[in-house]
This record gives sequence, structure tokens and C-alpha cells, in this order.
Amino acid sequence: MTAADEALERVTQVPGVRGSLLISVDDGLVVAERLMEGIDGRAVAALAASLVQRLGRATGGAGLQSPKFVHLRGNAGSVLAARGRDDLVLVAVVDPDANVGRARIEMLDAVGHLA
Amino acid sequence: MRALEPWVVAPLQTFITESSARLILLMTTSGQVVAQHGFSRSLDVMTASALGAAIVASTEELARIMGASRFGAVVHGGSRQSCMLAAFGTPRGRWIGLVVFGSETSVGIVQLFFDKMVEELVGAAPKEQPPPPLLAENFERELDTSLKELFGR
Repeated sequence: MTAADEALERVTQVPGVRGSLLISVDDGLVVAERLMEGIDGRAVAALAASLVQRLGRATGGAGLQSPKFVHLRGNAGSVLAARGRDDLVLVAVVDPDANVGRARIEMLDAVGHLA
Repeated sequence: MRALEPWVVAPLQTFITESSARLILLMTTSGQVVAQHGFSRSLDVMTASALGAAIVASTEELARIMGASRFGAVVHGGSRQSCMLAAFGTPRGRWIGLVVFGSETSVGIVQLFFDKMVEELVGAAPKEQPPPPLLAENFERELDTSLKELFGR
């Protein structure tokens, strides 16, 4: 199992996580994914990468560091993103009742182990 | 933005807004321009459409030789701007999209909204038969008319 697969495995084991992806933030493309049926990984990758990139620009413009973790909460669930090394971002799509705290810990730890 | 057929305008405008693409050219597989956004000179459009059609023809032939189905898209990544070429089917025949984009967007976003534009174009295309092919004797006049419509002069 590759480091990317291990990272995805850890995140998807958290209750309420519907899927996770490793994406390239510069390209907005999927590097690896583990998703439930019905989730469009390509769309999640493109839009999450755009979100992370724009937040990075916004915080940079405000003289702050790029966010290491992003939590976008909606009525039907949330999108979580943890920035790793280079341009990799670990993204999770979670249900409204998911254990977001545990997902956050697993994601930050998992991206830290990615080469 | 300029388009030869009005039903192309709305899907194309949505794509430009959503993707933040700098330039886009829609053409037939023979290189005839259908719509364009961002080009300022007709010569650039004619050159880009001819080259785009040739690249798609080359990659499709390459795919055939390799025994693969058609390639979905060709992306040329550059340091300042990138270019995506993709062919797709419409009720009006097979068309090609050439998109030039910069670092303000990404290839993932461009591909995502390009596919949505193709769906909208297929849905918006009139069901009647396309116009007959241009005759040799009026080709130059038709080409001139098309370029005037595409550049508004």
C-alpha cells in the first residue's frame, strides 16, 4: 500500500466520512481517491483546489500564512482540506453528523506522513 | 465573445465566467471557426483553428494506431499559460474546443466546466439539419462573412 493509499484509508475510516481524495492544488486534479458512489471526485478535486488556492491568496494578501486546514460547512455536509507538502492537499467529504474533530486530526497527521 | 450561431453564446459565456479562461475557440474538425472569445486578430483565429484541428486529427490518428479509443483532451502546460484541446460530439457534428488559461485557474477547473459546456451545447443545439457544405465558388465570400461576424467588423 502506498503512502497516499494509507492516508486515504485512515481518513475514510473515520465515522461519517463519505470519501477522501489526494489532489494537486496547482492542477486541481485527482492524485488518488477513495470515494463512495455518487461523489464526483473530479469536481471535488477541481473546486477544492480552487478554494484552497484562493484562500491562500486571500490570507497571503492579509499578511498571514496559508491555512493548513480548511473546513467548508454546508447543510448536507462538509468539505475538509488539509494542505500537505509541495502542492498536495488531502480532501475529505463528510456527512453533517461526522466526527469532524477526529477527521481533522487524522488528516493533519496523514498529510504529515506523505513524502 | 463572438459566435456564428446564437445558441452557442449562453453555454460559452457560462464556461468563460466559471473557468476564468483567457481565450477560447470553438471550431469544427475541419478547422471552421464556430465561436471565439479573447482573440483580437482574425489571423490569429484562423491560425489557431487550423493548428488546433491538425493537432486533434494527429492525436486521434495516434490513438487509432495505438489501438486506443480517442484521447479525451490534450493539455499543454506552460509556465505562464496553458492550453487545452478537446474534441466532442454535437448534433451539428464533431467540434473542437481550444482553451487558453493562466495561473488564475487550473486544468481541473477548465476541464470540469468544459465538460459542462459540452453538455449544455448538446442540449441547446437545434435539432434541424445543419446547413449544406460550402460550395467552392462561394467559399471565400462565406469565409469573409464568418470572420466579419466573429470580429464584428
